[in-house]
Amino acid sequence: MIKNLLEYLYDDIDLKRDKTAFSDENESLTFADLYDISRRIGTELARASFYREPVAIYMDRRPAMIAAFLGVLAGGCFYVPLDSTAPAGRVKAVIETAALRVMICGRDNLKKAEELDFKGRVLVYEDLIDESCPVDDAALARIFDAQIDTDPAYIVFTSGSTGTPKGVVACHRSVIDYIEHLSEILEVDESTVFGNQSPFYFDACLKEIYPTLKFGASAWIVPREYFMFTVKLVEFLNEHKINTICWVGSALRMVSALGTFKTVRPQYLRTVAFGSEVFPPKELRAWKEATPEGTKYINLYGPTEGTGMCCFYRVDREFEDGEAIPIGRPFPNSEILLLSDDGREVADGETGEIYVRGTCVTLGYFNNPEKTGESFVQNPLNNAYPEILYKTGDLARRNERGELVFVSRKDYQIKHMGHRIELGEIESVAGGISGVEIVACVYDSNADKIIMVYKGEAEESAVGDHLKETLPRYMLPGRIVKVVRMPFTPGGKIDRKGLAETYTK
Amino acid sequence: MEEYLDTIKQIIADLHPELDDEDREGLVADGILDSYDIITIITQLADEFDAVITADKITPENFDSARAIAELVDEILND
Repeated sequence: MIKNLLEYLYDDIDLKRDKTAFSDENESLTFADLYDISRRIGTELARASFYREPVAIYMDRRPAMIAAFLGVLAGGCFYVPLDSTAPAGRVKAVIETAALRVMICGRDNLKKAEELDFKGRVLVYEDLIDESCPVDDAALARIFDAQIDTDPAYIVFTSGSTGTPKGVVACHRSVIDYIEHLSEILEVDESTVFGNQSPFYFDACLKEIYPTLKFGASAWIVPREYFMFTVKLVEFLNEHKINTICWVGSALRMVSALGTFKTVRPQYLRTVAFGSEVFPPKELRAWKEATPEGTKYINLYGPTEGTGMCCFYRVDREFEDGEAIPIGRPFPNSEILLLSDDGREVADGETGEIYVRGTCVTLGYFNNPEKTGESFVQNPLNNAYPEILYKTGDLARRNERGELVFVSRKDYQIKHMGHRIELGEIESVAGGISGVEIVACVYDSNADKIIMVYKGEAEESAVGDHLKETLPRYMLPGRIVKVVRMPFTPGGKIDRKGLAETYTK
Repeated sequence: MEEYLDTIKQIIADLHPELDDEDREGLVADGILDSYDIITIITQLADEFDAVITADKITPENFDSARAIAELVDEILND
């Protein structure tokens, strides 16, 4: 039994040394490269006395960033990937929440990093991997021996309703549990060639990184812009003989909806996993028709707080338009409870809130005991000993086949372009703009668009410009509407339902 | 082709009010447009001009400037 994610890289290293692990169009790293680089970075962190603390990674999405993750683990620390495409304001909020003292920065990103006013130590990736610096094997061995599997491996940040992003801390054991079961579900082996779509500042990229290390497989990092030019995207899959993809529903949907398959079809795919958002049956049919006979389709579901994904459904039948593809059943060694608001199990067929039970439940929100206490809760069905469940805020029911079916969110959280967004976070940023008095956001799921309605002096264009400086692109409203009067419910709350009806036609 | 150009410039200006040059080239090459923008542009071209853009025409070159998009619309409608 392994206790540290590094063992996925270290075990059988001699068998996979020269094989390429991660590639993009500009660079590729073999398993030997990852081994050497991670040990150099680990040595440098130890030498600078950074130990058992979060280490920020401010790099672009490329193979070197994965090497940096592993280097942080080798140093007995945990990595905090920062979004190098996000506006400085948001990255600063993350740095503050995680109380970061050290950052590994790509040389290309140094200039941009200056805007972050980072007070801690900045280590340049290219300097750290300089081969003239010797690796301290003894120090790395001491660090490895002292580590236990409940030590953190990473923190990833998600949108928070109060405007402060929340940092989800996951330990090695949760990730190992995830990777072991995910690999079985995706049928990963050494012949697997992944095509990565997700950014590296989310837990979604765990799916490609650690199974690749474990099996000596390989992964291609698909350039972001190919998801706009879908013919090129499929050509890329074919050129590199990519056979396994785990993409958000909207990425798959874009490929089929634009009619890409009339021009080119994926030739090597054998596993297509989709998740995080609704994938319409119509698009699933188009994919099945265009991909090789026997290609397996798997729907994945899971909150970041449950380490990646914790439910899966293998598509084994046809679905009518408008029918929901189930999220199926929990991963082995995880359990899903559907509970009512008073903490009782709902009857079959009734809707309840999803609570996740198992090793996959992460450690909580970093430096945020209050939010942690709200969502990481004692199992309401057990008052005999401490047992923490994650309360997702997602609603689901069991269908007549006993499969779990996602129903909706309980609150104002939405999924948009593959990202989990609290509408409250957008509102909180917009509410801070001078000349904006009251603001509410609604989500038009049919058009996949965030609509922001506000009352105040400020001009729409000025509000839009301000949001662009503070929020990542995927959180920007698709439409901003200034109103003279904001509608309220009799209870004195903003009438979001009314707003949704008015503006989502 | 010129008849499409102003509308297309307006679509781009709505998506990216920060751009000060409406004849700007490199919209794709310089990473200004993202997938959300491309979808919006394609949808609006269909609404405004009944121009249905097929996947094989959705290339970086055809979306790199307002003029390139207008030429694409022209090509599709006069094909």
